[in-house]
Amino acid sequence: MTTGVDLGQPQAQAIRSDEDVVRVRQLVRTVAVAVKLSLVDQTKVVTAASELARNTLVYGGGGTVEVSTADNGRRKGVRIVFADTGPGIADLDLALTDGYTTGGGLGLGLSGARRLVDEFDIRTAVGEGTRITVTKWSR
Amino acid sequence: MALSAEQSSRLAGLLTRHEEQVTQRWTEAIAGSMRGRLSQAELRRQVQDLHRGMIVASEQGVIDLDSEQASELRAVLSELSRGRARQGFSATETAVSVFALKDVLLDLMEDQSDGGALRDYVAFAALVDQMGLFTFESYVRTRESLIADQAEQLLELSTPVVKLWEGVVAVPLVGTLDSARAQVVMERLLQTLVDTGSPYAIIDITGVPAVDTQVAQHILKTVVAARLMGADCIISGIRPQIAQTIVALGIEFGDIATKASLADALRHVLRLSGVETGRRQHRREA
Repeated sequence: MTTGVDLGQPQAQAIRSDEDVVRVRQLVRTVAVAVKLSLVDQTKVVTAASELARNTLVYGGGGTVEVSTADNGRRKGVRIVFADTGPGIADLDLALTDGYTTGGGLGLGLSGARRLVDEFDIRTAVGEGTRITVTKWSR
Repeated sequence: MALSAEQSSRLAGLLTRHEEQVTQRWTEAIAGSMRGRLSQAELRRQVQDLHRGMIVASEQGVIDLDSEQASELRAVLSELSRGRARQGFSATETAVSVFALKDVLLDLMEDQSDGGALRDYVAFAALVDQMGLFTFESYVRTRESLIADQAEQLLELSTPVVKLWEGVVAVPLVGTLDSARAQVVMERLLQTLVDTGSPYAIIDITGVPAVDTQVAQHILKTVVAARLMGADCIISGIRPQIAQTIVALGIEFGDIATKASLADALRHVLRLSGVETGRRQHRREA
């Protein structure tokens, strides 16, 4: 498991295979537990990370993730940055529509992940890749 | 550094002339690092195979280990590292078995003091280095395939389909439900439904730490497949945090029955199939 994780430092991890998606989930859970997120919020942020990591792998052709703790003075949280250099998203509004998929999934990953976290920022350019930053704050 | 044709034949000559001495010392050197975990006879046989492989290769004028002349030698080396990996020796212990040849060669060539002998030794040693690295790589490949085998065995073990009641089977899912596992689960469940003629199946996800869209999709597909075969599926083990996550994600389970616990699911199924459950009987008696 992911014991011995230094939480002061952002944790980077490559996303190249399905096993890496599992590692991302474990890493996010470790950090979420450390910043004392509730069980529901842990599950939500882990699930969001799972969706976005799989998108990075399937649509972005693999990439990297960086998990860090966030602190806005009042609350602590988990911040996760997914980055890939894949084809990018041509129509972001369409991609964020429930039920829209180009890959045979349920079409809820990206839109669902946005609902599972508190802050969701996506930057994408066709041919350059996609960078998604999400944050979940403790209550 | 590659061997020249003359060096190769000198190596063949050296190994042939001192056959007894080479195998003896080589075996002794390896035995030292193995600390008695392999029998002397077994080691000796392996060394003789290696020795023969090297002679064959060098008589044919081996240049380096990648060349065609070394194919038999490569086979012997892979055989050696496969055996070591399966017997649980470390990668270092395996590679040292090959590197030990360097000391033996040095002993043999020490009395030749001309510069040619030094060049020969460096070339021979380079070949031994290649052999050692090759052993190392085959060792890693063997270990990787061992791990893959074990993962597959674990997959088989971790997806049991159990009969809970007459006509009711259950699949307790534990851990990550990736595509490979979902496939195994579906196959097992459908086969068990046929074998037992059960009209009800319960999929219990208590042990699944996170239900994302992929997991949900796998479960939904399994339910639809079971329905096509005439069986009703109930999903149980939906904990509060999972329920809230599923709602936020926007996953719809439609008309599929879902329950918080396996016990609830079983009670639900038994009621559907007309079996009197304990709670009802109790109420009637009161």
